[in-house]
Amino acid sequence: MAEFLVVPALLAYGEAAFAYAGELRGPGLAGRLATWGVRLGWLAQTALLVGQGVSAEGFPWGTWAGALNLFVWLVVGAYLIWGCTPRFRLLGLTVMPVAAALLALAWAGGGTALDEGDRSGVVLAAHAVLMLAGFAGLTLAAGMAALYLWQERRLKRHERRVLRVRMPPLEALDRLAARTVLGSLVVLTVGIGVGAASFERGDFDAAMAVTFLILATYAGLLVVRHEGWRGRRAALLNLAGFALVAVVLPITHFA
Amino acid sequence: MKLTLAGVSHHKAPIELRERVALDLDACRALAAGLDGEAVVLSTCNRTELYLVQDEHAEELAVETLADLAGERRDDLAAALYRLRDEAAALHLFRVAAGLDSLVPGEGEILGQVRSAFEAGSPGPFLDKLFRQALHVGRRVRLETAINESPASVPSAAAALAQQVFDDLSGRRVLVLGAGKMSGATARNLVSRGADVAVVANRTLTHGEDLARSLGAGALALDAVAVELEQVDVVVSATSASGHVLGRDDVAAALKARKGRPLLLVDLAVPRDLDPAINDLDGCFLYDVDDLEAVVAETLSGRRGEAARAERLVAEEADRFREWQAALDVVPTIASLRALAEEIRDSELARAGGRLSERERRHVESVTSQILAKLLHLPTIRMKEAAAAADGVVYADVVRHLFGLGEEERRR
Repeated sequence: MAEFLVVPALLAYGEAAFAYAGELRGPGLAGRLATWGVRLGWLAQTALLVGQGVSAEGFPWGTWAGALNLFVWLVVGAYLIWGCTPRFRLLGLTVMPVAAALLALAWAGGGTALDEGDRSGVVLAAHAVLMLAGFAGLTLAAGMAALYLWQERRLKRHERRVLRVRMPPLEALDRLAARTVLGSLVVLTVGIGVGAASFERGDFDAAMAVTFLILATYAGLLVVRHEGWRGRRAALLNLAGFALVAVVLPITHFA
Repeated sequence: MKLTLAGVSHHKAPIELRERVALDLDACRALAAGLDGEAVVLSTCNRTELYLVQDEHAEELAVETLADLAGERRDDLAAALYRLRDEAAALHLFRVAAGLDSLVPGEGEILGQVRSAFEAGSPGPFLDKLFRQALHVGRRVRLETAINESPASVPSAAAALAQQVFDDLSGRRVLVLGAGKMSGATARNLVSRGADVAVVANRTLTHGEDLARSLGAGALALDAVAVELEQVDVVVSATSASGHVLGRDDVAAALKARKGRPLLLVDLAVPRDLDPAINDLDGCFLYDVDDLEAVVAETLSGRRGEAARAERLVAEEADRFREWQAALDVVPTIASLRALAEEIRDSELARAGGRLSERERRHVESVTSQILAKLLHLPTIRMKEAAAAADGVVYADVVRHLFGLGEEERRR
């Protein structure tokens, strides 16, 4: 029964994605509907994950689809912390369509079903959750970078509607994206450390190599940002790092 | 208890009258405390209003108080005075808190002034509810519409753009080129939002010094500004120079030292002071006067739509308040009905008390209590609903008649 909770979650995320588009016309009802869509969808997905956790004997999110389900929950959860405030509400434009699409994909792949789960053990489960949380943070940071580039383009082109449709201020986006990357790197590093506990010689594979590459890319981003690569260049580098997360990692990890 | 409002505002009262009746916060506090019943005095540069809740004579008292304040301008008061009661008074306060009654619709300062007046007043349960809801309306309008975000002038548009780049302007440094009215007005607008004017540069240093002094900034000759570009966040330029005061290379040279910090440049001069190619530099946003006027025109057209949305929100909240106020009329009837039911229940329980064991008595008490609650639930809800409509008083009278509420007291 609990597996059907994916339907309200998906509907609510979809509704939020559409409502955020309505918010572009001006702040108001659409924004509130979007916020409630995110909240209700996240609650439904939380209940779904609890149901999966209770019914499974092992770690229920070990498959690519299961991991995607948990990943979406983490992304939306992180977004909920501050993304629903009026100032950052339009960030939902970059986050919620992606979240809805990925949850649909997880559903299609069977990641929202109740099954026994794999018997990976607590350490590997903690490793997987931490890694997914880190990647969820990087996804949010990429959303902010995309929003930064959009807002910068509007300001550069002197768009007439620049003050009617208020995006988060440029510096706030730049600063928050950098902080989110830093936090995500910390979580990723802890996740790698936890995973290393069960590491055996010969386990090193392409997925691990890409993970270290991602870590290095984002660490590099923070270093060059400190040296003055702020704004547009930092946003582009952020998106390049996210391309590794979004494209390369799933291929190397689950293919 | 009736709500009464009497006041004068910028709509009809000339400044000579408004300054006579204007009060500072301490005077508002003293006046509210001196009036009988619930009272709040709202006084700003555009209005002085008395909100009173009293049994009777509230209107006379409010008008008399304003006439006393007007003193020798007492004769002007009649033409400018407005008096509103109950729903109309509540709606007016909600519009005031939302900034819809302000000289510049949607301005944000009034909400703080309403809050201060409320805190300094002597509200009871009625005015407490009214002002809390007014503050809620003000916040809601600002949150759900863009009415206060629509700059109505080029200087305010420049300041709003700065906030779109830098977020909080506190501690942001501004370089002003030219000491004319336009650059001064824009600089002041930025300062009002928290920015600091670092330097005013002008061809004639003495003119620049005058403006710099008024803004708490330093003064500089116009040809020495290039080095300042490394430090400042916003450049406002409005000189009468015939050519470019700052070229692309001047700004590009400063970018390395800026370490990627964005730079907003506002060129208000015609012919332009700043090389348009500056806008192509990474992290530089250059707006000339045409760009800003286009932004203002767009936001002004949006402001009308936002004002209409704000009015709808205010009307919605006023309806809610009216329902609450109407429900107050039937509260005594509901209370009497419940008291009567409880009295009957208690007396019947007392009569049967001797025949019941302790356990049975507790059980009967619980059952009868639940029966009463269920029986009275729907009539209570219906009476409150009816109170919001015109026939609320009739309902209350019928209930009083059917159950003989208050007859005992009348007989006594």
